[in-house]
Amino acid sequence: MELIRDLVVQGAQMLLVVLLAPLVTGVVRKLKSRLLRRQGPSVLQPYRDLLRLIRKDVVLADNASWLFRSAPYLIFSTTWVAAALVPTFATGLMFSWSADLIAIVALLGSARFFLALAGMDVGTSFGGIGSSREMMIAALAEPVMIMIVFVLALLAGSTQLSTIAAYMVSPAVGLRVTLGMAFVSLLMVGIAETGRIPVDNPATHLELTMVHEAMVLEYSGRHLAVLELAGSLKLLLYLSLIACLFLPWGLTLPDASAWMYGIGLAAYIAKILTGCGALALFETAIAKMRVFRIPTFLGAALMLGLLGTLLLFVSRGF
Amino acid sequence: MHGIAFDVAHLLAGCLVLVSFLMLYQDRLYSLLNTYALHATVLFLSVAWQAYIQNAPDLYVTAGIALVFKAIIIPVALHRMIVKLGIHREIETVVGTGPTMLAGMGLVGLSLVVMLHAAAGANLMAREDLAFALAVILLGLLIMVTRRNAVSQVVGFMSLENGLILAAAGAKGMPLVVEMSVAFSILIAFIVIGIFLFRIRERFDTVDLQALDRFRGERQ
Repeated sequence: MELIRDLVVQGAQMLLVVLLAPLVTGVVRKLKSRLLRRQGPSVLQPYRDLLRLIRKDVVLADNASWLFRSAPYLIFSTTWVAAALVPTFATGLMFSWSADLIAIVALLGSARFFLALAGMDVGTSFGGIGSSREMMIAALAEPVMIMIVFVLALLAGSTQLSTIAAYMVSPAVGLRVTLGMAFVSLLMVGIAETGRIPVDNPATHLELTMVHEAMVLEYSGRHLAVLELAGSLKLLLYLSLIACLFLPWGLTLPDASAWMYGIGLAAYIAKILTGCGALALFETAIAKMRVFRIPTFLGAALMLGLLGTLLLFVSRGF
Repeated sequence: MHGIAFDVAHLLAGCLVLVSFLMLYQDRLYSLLNTYALHATVLFLSVAWQAYIQNAPDLYVTAGIALVFKAIIIPVALHRMIVKLGIHREIETVVGTGPTMLAGMGLVGLSLVVMLHAAAGANLMAREDLAFALAVILLGLLIMVTRRNAVSQVVGFMSLENGLILAAAGAKGMPLVVEMSVAFSILIAFIVIGIFLFRIRERFDTVDLQALDRFRGERQ
């Protein structure tokens, strides 16, 4: 009985992230259009786009290898597994023993690796530009992410997400400047990793600025649909990660009643919607950075993480 | 010891170190001055909190001096001075932002290690306060070393002095006479530096301190 319930919760969570991901993209787009006083497409538009892309034929370049064809599925599956490991509305998940922050970073890293390879596979110049830029951002963002993991692990004594979330809800956490720094640092990394505005513009096809779009330029049909879904999933993953780590209130703890699961789900939806609103507001207020400014941006994030770790040592007194 | 009093003191002192880093990061004079005002405001909050938890009413005076002189009067006066001097408002740094930040991180690490060992006997609150104060002082020195412009060196000097106040507030307060005299000596130093700035400007048509090196016949 226990096992069945755990399986149901885990399965519901996996389905939930996939179903919700295009909606998150749609909501962010809609809010951004409304902030610019445009009507904007319906929030359901990403679903329609995905359906249309799946029905269309795939156009492959002559020299595309097997890697080009299999990469979208690899990227989608690794991103999906990573997204399913993040506790969204309940912590006591079937796979929570494997829901390790380092594992999630590694899964996202391998997805990015395949995406960069696929971008270079056909041999067009845009794909190469996109891949090299993506690798530059990755090389800068990964240390920051590891630094944040380090801070959280020092505090909670574990890198497991459910343990960290349980620690964050407990009163033992107190008021800490380190956590504030880690939070800001995670926001900056999230923006860089999901390709949002100051780092990359998700809505552009201008060759000077695009990063993610340049890599998927050669894809069409169902491959493109899968990649778009993976992109939305990554955005949702970061939103859930931030919500789970730094705003864990309302998260359902293990062995709770069905009523509690309802509350957890409602809280999760509210948190994600708030996150979408904040993201849309931020993206509307800020301009895209030059590519060469990105190291400074991520350097500041790294500095925050490092400073947070140092301050943590003072408060613990070694 | 891990009560709310300790947490808030830690939070404010940590914010002071963070604002020092922000000052190191600025490359415009006006934004540097605004950040300095923020630095002094955080210092005010931190000292006021120390006054509250230590039950030391004379620390409130220190906090008030920090707020009135350092957060309001000095930044406004420096603003006016920049306008009068008519210098251009970008700061020429000696080395790039990246190495400077790394050096700053190194200094913070160093001061934490030194203080945690040197003041191992003191109570937890005083010890972490001293560690943060040393970090702020070293960062202020770093600001002075890495800037060529005389105005930004003055700002570095003032932030260094903020670190001294933080250290004094953490170590069970200091006598009011000492505090008053320190505050006034800072003010006088500020006035003297201001006069000097105008003299340097008259003589050399610039406040870039490399001009002085050239005048003394040193290397370019």
